[in-house]
Amino acid sequence: MTGNTTANGGRQADSIPANFILEANEILSHYPVSKRSASLPLIHLWQNHFGHIDPSGIEWIAAKLDLQPINIYELVTFYPWFRQTAPGKNIIRVCRTLSCALAGSKDLYEKFCETIGIDIEEARAHHGDGMPVSPDGNYSIEFVECLASCGSAPVCMVNDELHERVAPEDVPSLLSRSTSPAN
Amino acid sequence: MSCIHPAPHPKERRIIFGNLTQPGYAPDLKTYVAHGGYEQLRKALSMTPSAIIDAVKAANLRGRGGAGFPCGIKWSFIKQDDGKPHYLVVNGDESEPGTFKDRYILHEDPHQLIEGVAISSFALGVKLAYIYIRCEFPAAAKIVAAAIAEAKAAGFLGTNILGTGFSLDVFVHQGAGAYICGEETSLIESLEGKRPYPRIKPPYFPAVFGLYMNPTVVNNVETICHIPHILRLGPEEYAKMGTPGDGGTRTLCVSGDVQRPGAYELPAGAVTLRELLYDICGGPKPGRSFKAIIPGGSSAKVLRADEKIKRKVKGPDGTMLDQEIDVLDLVMDAASLAGAGTMIGSGGVIVMDDTRNMVETLNNLNLFYAHESCGQCTPCREGSLWMAKMSSRMLAGGGVENDPKKLKSIADNIAGRTVCAFGEAASWPTQSFLEKFPEEFAAIATKNK
Repeated sequence: MTGNTTANGGRQADSIPANFILEANEILSHYPVSKRSASLPLIHLWQNHFGHIDPSGIEWIAAKLDLQPINIYELVTFYPWFRQTAPGKNIIRVCRTLSCALAGSKDLYEKFCETIGIDIEEARAHHGDGMPVSPDGNYSIEFVECLASCGSAPVCMVNDELHERVAPEDVPSLLSRSTSPAN
Repeated sequence: MSCIHPAPHPKERRIIFGNLTQPGYAPDLKTYVAHGGYEQLRKALSMTPSAIIDAVKAANLRGRGGAGFPCGIKWSFIKQDDGKPHYLVVNGDESEPGTFKDRYILHEDPHQLIEGVAISSFALGVKLAYIYIRCEFPAAAKIVAAAIAEAKAAGFLGTNILGTGFSLDVFVHQGAGAYICGEETSLIESLEGKRPYPRIKPPYFPAVFGLYMNPTVVNNVETICHIPHILRLGPEEYAKMGTPGDGGTRTLCVSGDVQRPGAYELPAGAVTLRELLYDICGGPKPGRSFKAIIPGGSSAKVLRADEKIKRKVKGPDGTMLDQEIDVLDLVMDAASLAGAGTMIGSGGVIVMDDTRNMVETLNNLNLFYAHESCGQCTPCREGSLWMAKMSSRMLAGGGVENDPKKLKSIADNIAGRTVCAFGEAASWPTQSFLEKFPEEFAAIATKNK
C-alpha cells in the first residue's frame, strides 16, 4: 500500500476539480433510497480520475455518503477492480479462465509481460493484489478472470477496449495502436 | 468482431439477436423504433399487470442466468398490493466462464433490454429499476446509460410514460470485478454499497427481503429481453418454440475446441449436443476428437464425450422405461441436461478435445473459484483454495496417491455447506472431473509413488 500522496506528492482529496463534485452529485441522484448505494460508483469515479484510491479518497467518499472510512475501505480491498497503488499509464488485462487458456492466453500474457518489460514471476505474485508497473511507467498488466468473450478466445483488454483472437505476435502492434505514448 | 456469425445457421431462430445482427443496426432509439421497438410497451401498458404475469407464466420462460427458475413463478411471488416499494434489478454481471451473450445485447441492442425493463416493471409494480453491469464492459455501461436517456426523452421511461400515469426510473450500476456479484443476493448487497456477501435463503429471498429489504425481482439480461417477444408473439406461440417446460429460444455460447465457436440462438430443445457441436459448430479441429464437454457454464458438471447416459423415459403406454443414450444425443434443454446429472445453466458450452489434460483443465477452474470465493463461509473460502493448491501441486509433479480421494472429500465438504450456490459451483467441477476422468487423476497422483 502506498502513502497518502498523488504523483506530485499531495493528498488526492486536495486536488478535486469542480466538475468532479458535479459528477459525484449526479451519481448520488441515482440512489434516492440510500446514499450508501453510491459507494461503488463514487469509488469508480475516484479511480477513473486519480488512477487509484489513496486514504484521502476513502475518507472523502465516506464523508460524502455519511459513512465511516472503513465502509469504503472494505470495498476497495474486496473488489478486484479497485487499487490503492498507482498503475502504469495503460492497463492490460489478459483473460486467464478456461476457454482463453485453451486458446493460449498464457502465452499471450507472457508475451505482453516480455514486451513491456515486466517480470512474469513478479506479475504472477500480484494476482489479485495490486498491479506491477513496467520500468518506463507506461504499462501495468493483470491476468484476470473471464471477460465474457469465450467464443473469440484468447481475449484481452487494453484500457477500456476489448481485443479478440489475439496471437502473441500481435502484441507489439496492438500496443502501439491502442496505448498512449510515453511523455 | 463478434461471436455471432452474420449468417444464421438454418436451425437458429434469432429473436433476442434478431435486431442486432441486421446489417447497419445501431444501438440508438431511432433504429430500434424503426424495427418495431417499444410497440410491446404500448401494448403492455394497455394490459393489466396480472395479465402480463400470466403471459410470462404461459410462455414457460425460464431464467437465462444459470439457475433456470421459471420466470413467471418468480414474478408471482411479488404481492401486487402489499403497499411496499418494489424493485427490479437486471443482472448484467455476465461472469460465468463460458457465457458471452448478454455482452452483445448490452453493447448492440440496449433498447431491447430497456423495453423489457419497462414492461417488467409495469407488471411488477416497480418504479425504480437498476441494471447492474460488470465493469469489464465499460462501453456497455455508457451505451445503456445513453439509451436510458434517449428512452426517457422519448417518453418511454420517466414520469407518466406514454401518458398512462405509470412512472419508472432506470439507472445503470457498475460492478467492480467480482464474480460473486452474479449471485442475486450478493448483487443486491453490492448494489446497497456493501461487501457482496450473499444473504442466506431463507429468509432473504429477494421477492420478500430484496433491495433495501423490500420485494425485488432479479432477472438476467437475456431473460428480460424475452419479455417483449412473449407479448409480440403471444405466449402460446412463444412457448411452442421450445419444449413443454422450457419455452422460447435460448442462446447457447460454444467455446473451446470446436471449429466454429460462437453464440447461437436456438429454440429451446431444438438440437442435440451432437447437432450443436457437429452441424452448427463444425465438429472438432482437424485430426482431433471431442473428449469433454461442460454444457452450461463452468459450474456445470462435465460430461465425457464418449459416455452413455442411463435414464428413465415415459413409454407409449405411460410406463417408465429404462433408456441408454450417447451423451451427444442429449437434447439441449433444461430437463434433458438435468436428467444427465448436469445443467444447461447459462448456456455456456465449453468443449475440450483429446489433446487436453483433464487435471490441467480442472486446475484452471479451481484457480478461478479460489480467486472468486467471497470468503464469507469457511468451507468455501478454505476449500476452494485448498482444491486449487492440490490440483496445482499435482500438475507440478508433486501428486501423491491419496490426492484424488482427498480432492473429492474437500469438494464433498463444501457443497451444501455454504450460504449460497457458489459452494456447489466450486465443488461440481472437482467432483465431476474426478468421477468422469478418474484414470487421468490416478495417473498423475501415482507418478511420485
